[in-house]
Amino acid sequence: MTTEAVAEKRSVGRRLAGLFHGRPRLQVGALLAGPLGWLVIGYLGSLALLLVAAFWTVSPLSGELDKTLSFESFEILFDEPVYRDIVVRTVTIAALVTVTDAVIAFPIAFYMAKIASRRMKAILVVAVLLPLWSSYLVKVLSWRTMLSADGIINWALEPFGLTGPEFGNTAVWLVMSYLWLPFMILPIYAGLERIPNSLISASEDLGASPLTTFRRVILPLSFPAVVAGSIFTFSLTLGDYITPRLVSNNQFIGNVIYNNISTNLPLASALALVPIVVMIAYLLVARKLGAFEHI
Amino acid sequence: MKKDSHPARTAWLVVAGLLAMMLLFAGCGSDDDSTTGGGEELEKVGKSEGEVNLVAWAGYVEPAWSKPFEQKTGCKVNVKIGGTSDEMVQLMRSGQYDGVSASGNASARLVDGGDVSPVNVNLVPNYETIFSDLKDQPYNTFDGQPYGIPHGRGANLLMWNSDDVKPAPTSWGVILDPKEAAQYKGKISAYDDPIYIADAAVYLKAHEPDLGIENPYQLTQEQFDAAVSLLEEQQPLVGEYWSEATKQISSFASGDSQVGTTWQYQYFLLQEEGDPVAASPASQGFLPSEGATGWSDTWMISSQAKHPNCMYMWMDWIVSPKVNAEVAEYFGEAPAQSLACDHTAQKDFCEKYHAENPGFWKRVYYWETPLADCGEESGDDCVDYNKWVQAWTTIKG
Repeated sequence: MTTEAVAEKRSVGRRLAGLFHGRPRLQVGALLAGPLGWLVIGYLGSLALLLVAAFWTVSPLSGELDKTLSFESFEILFDEPVYRDIVVRTVTIAALVTVTDAVIAFPIAFYMAKIASRRMKAILVVAVLLPLWSSYLVKVLSWRTMLSADGIINWALEPFGLTGPEFGNTAVWLVMSYLWLPFMILPIYAGLERIPNSLISASEDLGASPLTTFRRVILPLSFPAVVAGSIFTFSLTLGDYITPRLVSNNQFIGNVIYNNISTNLPLASALALVPIVVMIAYLLVARKLGAFEHI
Repeated sequence: MKKDSHPARTAWLVVAGLLAMMLLFAGCGSDDDSTTGGGEELEKVGKSEGEVNLVAWAGYVEPAWSKPFEQKTGCKVNVKIGGTSDEMVQLMRSGQYDGVSASGNASARLVDGGDVSPVNVNLVPNYETIFSDLKDQPYNTFDGQPYGIPHGRGANLLMWNSDDVKPAPTSWGVILDPKEAAQYKGKISAYDDPIYIADAAVYLKAHEPDLGIENPYQLTQEQFDAAVSLLEEQQPLVGEYWSEATKQISSFASGDSQVGTTWQYQYFLLQEEGDPVAASPASQGFLPSEGATGWSDTWMISSQAKHPNCMYMWMDWIVSPKVNAEVAEYFGEAPAQSLACDHTAQKDFCEKYHAENPGFWKRVYYWETPLADCGEESGDDCVDYNKWVQAWTTIKG
């Protein structure tokens, strides 16, 4: 390489550096242009396109889309009681799964964060993450086998004269609670790790009983982490449609969207707005509860 | 970022931008180029264009018979699997495919939308020996003009566990009559698709003649409401709605389902596994007394086909005796080609699937697209497919 070429190259680099020098806005802008462009065009753009379709209609004769402004799909959603039932069912199960996971996850996370030895902690983290390595479908299908009439659950309960849950809402609740548990444990674990042990000791020194320490010190400090975990479990349950299909006959919001997407895109899009609205409300409440303070 | 910028304000800006974008898109309703009538039929099959793009049901285009086709014709086969009829219609509307294996509940929609062209059957030598009761049917021939090459057919049977269901049922009443069905509460298996409403219509056609049902896919509002309310009564008794064959096989094998509607494929597979299943008795012609719904698939050529020669070669290839036997056995359906029965690996295959028994198929109502316009006399007063889909959501609750 000749010296001129090097000089030439350097001068381009120099010029660029000169351009950015002393212009912090330009620096930040250039840095964020790529990711922000992706977020706005690729992510929000496609979402917007989907939602726009909610205001179209389908011609009953040809099945083609009529792209003029109309509220027909929303009228169907509000007038037909079945859609209300489906929304209520989906949100209720999502809330139940979230509460169940929080109750199960908290003691595990607490043990991991505060009591377990370093070695035990590593083992437990791996144990929590391990189910995430296997396919979602395999996990749901194995639950299907376990819950079936001659499955292992009924076999185990039989000597006690009991029967396990049949396919239905209870089965969906069980399977979803299993599936999303790691997404609750990990945020709570991270949240509990951040609480200094000295605070717990101080509480004890001041004469608080273990229960009071938990109620007045640990729970308030870790609550944002629980809310953060609940965002995962709640939204994942809200959007799932394969589990309900495999372990119940009940329709969730996702099932109805799936059934309508190719014949009636406007209705499917209007339905897709429901979880979005629910999630926005949920996130606003979560923000009030401080879930995003440590992010 | 400056200290005084509020995250909330940023969030609202994003939401406002999103809304603005939505309104922008909703406003510009582009005038769609609505093609009607489809293209012209081909005059002569020319040279291979080197490839062909197909939309097909899973199991219809497999290397076992598509590779020899590629070697013979030089047309490379690209296949896109369609999960449902609705999805296939969507794919064909994209104009990127040369042909599709359409079921009867897709074909009328494709013809109506101008997405497929008429087929010149003279260019498909193997068409000649296709079972004659598959030709000139309302789902493959429109205004006397053939729009496709029949591929194969199947019926939706009544299947039951012969240990639990006694005596052997002879009518769909065992799962559709509210009183009879009640004794199998939670053990009934039903097909999970809006087209299942037609099964109720077949039952009502025989048991409530006052309704005057002729074609289970062309229902007036009154007939449709009767079929829907029958299925709403059935819903609490249904143990499982199935859409994947494997799901039904597993619940019959485990005993979760004892009686329900099925395809020949699941029935023979369960029998081979040694499970105690029986399907509607042979004395009835293998079907319950009312008859049954079924499907008959047709290869259609796109009106925008970029490789028409290869598509014609494919349509002839797939109904050639040996290939049609292969695909029918692989998929588990009755072949369309009458000469295929000499080429099946299982000698009694055609007999098992009633391929050569026209009396059997006379009582099968092949899937069709429910349209609002159901013939000249009744005008536009039938219930269209969109309403079927919505009613199906209501039935399942």
